[in-house]
Amino acid sequence: MTDLERARTRNTGLGGLIVKIAVLGGLDAIAVFLAAVLVGRGDYTVAGLVIVGAIILTVIYLSERFIPAKYIGPGLVFLAIFQVFVIGYTVYIAFTNYSTGHILTQDQAVEALLSQSQSRLPDSPSYPLMVVESGTQLSFLVTAPDGTALLGDAENPLKPVDATFDDGQAVAVDGYTSLRFADILGRQDEVSSLAVPLSDSAADGSLRTLDGRTAYEYTSSLSFDSTTGVLTDTTTGESYRDGGEGSFVGEDGTEILPGWQVNVGLDNFTRAVSEPSIRGPLVYVTAWTIAFAAISVGIIFALGLLMALLFNDPSMRGRTAYRIVMVLPYAFPAFLGAMVWSGMLSQSFGFINQVVLGGASIPWLTDPTLAKVAVLMVNLWLGFPYMFLVATGALQAIPGEVREAARMDGTSRWQMLRHIELPLLLISMAPILIATFAFNFNNFNVIYLVTGGGPRDTGAGIPVGHTDILISMVYKVAFTGQNRDYGLASAFSIIIFIVVAAISIISFRRTKTLEEIS
Amino acid sequence: MLMTKKSIAVGALLAVGLLTTGCSASSDTPTASATSAAPDTTATSTLTVWVDAERADALAQAATDYEAQTGISVDIVARDNSTLKDDFIQQASSGSGPDIVMGAHDWLGELTTNGVVAPLELGDKAADFLPVALDASTYDGVVYELPYAVENLAMLRNADLVPEPAANFDDMIAKGTAAGVEFPFVVEQGENGNPYHLYPFQTAFGAPVFGRDDSGSYDPTQLTLGDGAAFAQWLGTQGNNGAKTMSTEITGDIAKEKFTTGQAAFWLTGPWNVNAAVEAGINVAVDAIPSPGSEAAQPFAGVKGFFVNQYSENKVAANDFLVNYLGTVDVQVALFESGGVLPALTAAADQVSSDPIIAGFKAAGMDAVPMPAIPAMGRVWEFWGIAEAGVLNGEDPDATWLQLTTDVQSAIDGS
Repeated sequence: MTDLERARTRNTGLGGLIVKIAVLGGLDAIAVFLAAVLVGRGDYTVAGLVIVGAIILTVIYLSERFIPAKYIGPGLVFLAIFQVFVIGYTVYIAFTNYSTGHILTQDQAVEALLSQSQSRLPDSPSYPLMVVESGTQLSFLVTAPDGTALLGDAENPLKPVDATFDDGQAVAVDGYTSLRFADILGRQDEVSSLAVPLSDSAADGSLRTLDGRTAYEYTSSLSFDSTTGVLTDTTTGESYRDGGEGSFVGEDGTEILPGWQVNVGLDNFTRAVSEPSIRGPLVYVTAWTIAFAAISVGIIFALGLLMALLFNDPSMRGRTAYRIVMVLPYAFPAFLGAMVWSGMLSQSFGFINQVVLGGASIPWLTDPTLAKVAVLMVNLWLGFPYMFLVATGALQAIPGEVREAARMDGTSRWQMLRHIELPLLLISMAPILIATFAFNFNNFNVIYLVTGGGPRDTGAGIPVGHTDILISMVYKVAFTGQNRDYGLASAFSIIIFIVVAAISIISFRRTKTLEEIS
Repeated sequence: MLMTKKSIAVGALLAVGLLTTGCSASSDTPTASATSAAPDTTATSTLTVWVDAERADALAQAATDYEAQTGISVDIVARDNSTLKDDFIQQASSGSGPDIVMGAHDWLGELTTNGVVAPLELGDKAADFLPVALDASTYDGVVYELPYAVENLAMLRNADLVPEPAANFDDMIAKGTAAGVEFPFVVEQGENGNPYHLYPFQTAFGAPVFGRDDSGSYDPTQLTLGDGAAFAQWLGTQGNNGAKTMSTEITGDIAKEKFTTGQAAFWLTGPWNVNAAVEAGINVAVDAIPSPGSEAAQPFAGVKGFFVNQYSENKVAANDFLVNYLGTVDVQVALFESGGVLPALTAAADQVSSDPIIAGFKAAGMDAVPMPAIPAMGRVWEFWGIAEAGVLNGEDPDATWLQLTTDVQSAIDGS
């Protein structure tokens, strides 16, 4: 009741309060439902976060004390989900060996290894199978090749029994309930993990079934001792121990996979800077990334500004028509633009070589240097209309009297641009230039769609090409080929983050001083 | 007033719905045991199968039939083929992955290294599959894949331009040239080469990639790629500085365009491109691949099939569905009809071979060898195409091939 009264005193409508309670109630209901599902799946941490989040939001909106939080609350929630979590998870992955062969937990890896080591005894018969039950204990009732019935369970090896036969197959035995296929489906884990020894000697192997209808003789070439954590190859006698790096390692150093995911500390970072086959590419890719971003910003700004100055001249006729044409590349989807350019730059079939250059054979995309020029040109084409629009706006915002005053003082056109227009433009455009730099620093689309990072650098230890920038290299390390290395890729991402953050901070500091001067 | 009543009713229904779902989710275990104790056999288990979106419709029918037979419902989930493998590897062990995933045999190296697939047992049915399909589905002596289709390259011929098949590679170029088209022969390459499409020519010179161990598995310690010097020299004579029969400028799209518009007489490609050529009105004949060397031109065989998730909770049902149901002639023929790729089951393959195009691919695949799935093969792919593209573009064949072998060997040793 107190809330209601307070609401009345603050002249908030009763309707508003009802809507508020309804929305919050709905939100909390969804949170409770989500938490129930998550707890059911064993995700206690996430369930806890959902509940805590819901409580915080409810308190913020029901209490009168957190006015600012009411406005930034929803934004913070989305920030946490889409930014903080992603960054945190990337950082976490960077400190693990998460990669091909290291995606499981240790228990899962042991399970997978033992399962892969099961091999069917050569030329052994298949046994038609009936899964039977006594109490809750499952047993296998099988029909041997000679037509006799055999019964056994996990502890008791197979022994002949008197069974009821149907169509030559043993289907029931006294004291046991025969399970129909539908019954087995409810206990699939039990059935598929049951191994019935063939005899008292473990070396003879055991009967297992995969489909619940037929059993086969298997031997396992690996055995695992869960108390000592030692995996033993039963055929060679060699033992494998946890090597400390997420896999079992033999005495001679051979590693067997699948392994599991472990924390490896700074290994990925040290590898990035100390292994020559990775460090080499990392250094020149970083250099090219900075060059690509800086040159892109430079030429895009130069062309955009030039066009803006030209089309801002009142003496030019048909400016509107020209301006519409100029903006076209910006209206055209960048993905399509990049792909069309990639086709047009093809050496012997591309439009550029065939038509524009009259049948020339210039390797635009396959020569390391020309490919760099090509991606810069495509990026210029894609990027300058935006800069043209912004520069036009900024130019028009410069007050006419400033220009007039300058003209009275007798400045030339160049002096006007150099000393009046450009400094005034830069105040409003500097943040956009920094943003353009940061965007191009991670401009994956243009690189991936135009050259795919190629031509490939065959000397590098990781799959990387001459036009790859850091982000496309990260993509290749993490998501291409048969040897994925998510840990290393995450470490690279963090390096990118640090570089971009540092450049942005420094640039914004400098623009601040610029603003103070003016 | 009526509206308000209605919306309240809807709201109440929603709330009840939420409550009940909440309850069933939180009390999962008791509900499950209650149903299994019930005498009814319906829907005790649901199999989730991730399939390539193009095959989803063919399998939907199979899923309905299987449910009618056994009461196990099969949920066919159409997924984008390009991300299928990665999504499966990521999610298999988390419990949110599917029970069964459709894929290709060359995923096996990655899938087993990551420990996400469970062995299968084909039992006596093993002998019913084409030998190459069974060979490909076996990794390190254990069968992991239930194969349903075998894909290999063959030589497509524009029968209106060239009525007779070519006896060998030179004969093919001669016949294609005599037909008076711009390209006697096209094959997909690209700036990074395409070793998959050149492999038949490489084997014609007796240089497979890996040798095999006693059990018939590819052996990463026996890199036989280096025997291909004769192939490299021949490739050099076909490139920019020679006869120009092949070029890195011919991408898949360009090759397709040239053949489907009648500007090329021969096209070395796989079954996936046949429809495009037929629909374009080309009179397509499918021949075995003409050999440029002394031995048969053996293409790689890619064997499509199904894998069981190691962490599936429905392994019995999954194995039953694969081995006892998808391994039958009817289902294999149904899958063939949706994809047009040769079935892996011998009886099904024979049944559909009345189609001359399928018979052509089957004949071309007689010599096919499974593409190696061992992780070391990944190292080969990294360097192989680049080296071949270099040779086609005029680099010294001997030196380039030696460099390729050295690079691959050191990459395998280093990993």
